[in-house]
Parts: sequence; C-alpha cells; structure tokens
Amino acid sequence: MVLLTRKIEFAASHLYHNPNLSAEENRRIFGKCNNPHGHGHNYTLEVTVEGEPDPVTGMVLDLKELKEILEREVMQRMDHRHLNYEVAELAGKIPTCENVALVIWQLLEPKIKQGRLHRVRLYESPDLFADCFRNGAVAAGKS
Amino acid sequence: MSDALKIELGRRYRFSASHRLHSVHLNEEENSRVFGKCNNPHGHGHNYLVEVSFSGEVDPATGMIANLGDLDVFVERHVLEEFDRKSLNEDVTAFRDKVPTTENLCIEIFQRLKAFPKAKLERIRVQETGNNSFEYAGDNLEGNHQ
Repeated sequence: MVLLTRKIEFAASHLYHNPNLSAEENRRIFGKCNNPHGHGHNYTLEVTVEGEPDPVTGMVLDLKELKEILEREVMQRMDHRHLNYEVAELAGKIPTCENVALVIWQLLEPKIKQGRLHRVRLYESPDLFADCFRNGAVAAGKS
Repeated sequence: MSDALKIELGRRYRFSASHRLHSVHLNEEENSRVFGKCNNPHGHGHNYLVEVSFSGEVDPATGMIANLGDLDVFVERHVLEEFDRKSLNEDVTAFRDKVPTTENLCIEIFQRLKAFPKAKLERIRVQETGNNSFEYAGDNLEGNHQ
C-alpha cells in the first residue's frame, strides 16, 4: 500500500459559542475564541489517500482528480467563508479543528473512488491540528 | 461521531535546552568515538519542538477532545517549566543516569504527559533540529510494553 498526500490552504472565520451555555460559561470554556465578532485562520489541510499504484498509470489516484474533489468539496464550501454561518454541514456544531476535520472527512470519503481515504489532517495554525482516520488504522505516516 | 472514525488532537510546543551526550558506562575515548561532538564537556543546545497527539471523544457541547487551555497548562507545568532554558543533564533528575538523547527525551516526555486526565496520550514526537525527529508511543505501538 502507498500513501499519497495532497495539501491545500484555505482562509475562513469562525467563533466558538454554545447557545445552551450561559454567556459566562461560554467565556470560561472558549476564552477569546468566544468573541462574538469571530476571528479567522489560514487553515492547511493535508489529505492522505491509500491504495496500490495502478499498473498502467503508476498512480494511486489521479492527483488532478483529487485536486478537483478538494476544490469542489472544501475550497468552494469553506474558503473565505464564515464556518459558523455559511457551511451547512457545521450548522449546530462548534467549528473546532476536531469538528471541521471530521466534516471534511465525511465530505471527502464518499467522493474518493480510486484508493481510499486514509487520513485528514487539518491545521488551524502551525501549532494546532486535528487528525481524522479510521478507527484501528495506524496513524498516517507510520504505516 | 461515528465509531468507525478516530479523531486526534495535535499540538506543538517549543523549548530550548542544552545537553551533553555522555555515558558513564563508557570510557573517555569510547564516549568521544560514539557521541562525537555531542560529547563536548561543555554541552550544546537545541530549540526543541514537541508534538503531542491525544485522542478521545469529541464533546458535543464544546466540539473538543480536550480544552486547549487545560492541555497548555498541563504541558507547561510538567514539561516546559522543567525543560525550557535548562541543562537536561544537570537540571532534569531523569537524566542524571541516562543519556539525554532525543530518544530518551521522547520517552521522558511521554511518561510525564500520559497522566493528562482529559484525553488519552497517543504519541510524542520531538524534533531536535529540522533534520532529526523522534517518536514514542508507549504501549500504543505494537512491540512496546512498559
């Protein structure tokens, strides 16, 4: 099995607020991420696909096709958007790195027909990221 | 969250420390041969980067595996305060009788952070320079039994 990773970047705004909690609890739990006017990040997304290289093309999947899937499913949905208000899949969820990574996994997984989605890693900043992968799979990079 | 999927939270921290690679089990010449310039008696330093990975359920109320504030405080108290701007050989008890290689540093940091109460520590990666990094996953990696 070979792992193939493609990286994209997008910029989006968000804020953390749970309407079921009091204003004070929201501030305590989410700190400055609870600012009602929101704030933004340059997100970096690494998408890893696993598979055997096709004997004819030598590819796990065509990178062009992966690029188009990422453009359609992630860039058009999230780039230069407000994650709380403009991304239907995140409605009612706190758009933390964990939840955004999970939504991206769910968007991409059914679209990847050649090979199979192995890992989604979403960086909110260079020092904070979330990994999403199949339970039981060895974390990417260590297969 | 689907049971079929696993989510991990990754966070990076930095500290600067000095060390000297020297084993009491080797003589002077052997130390010099094995550790080369890292055996310089005055030591030398690195800007270390520590990457920690934790797993757990994403709390639907917060969207988080663990609150970053809690994690930062824990790492600050158990690792950064004790390692940053320190001599690993002189200031960290664990390295009084163990060579402070980055392999051993990974294991030491793993032992300190596995007590974090809010999520499960999966692995530690320590980058000593842009060209060297080491990982330790304790029992989470097949073949390791502490």
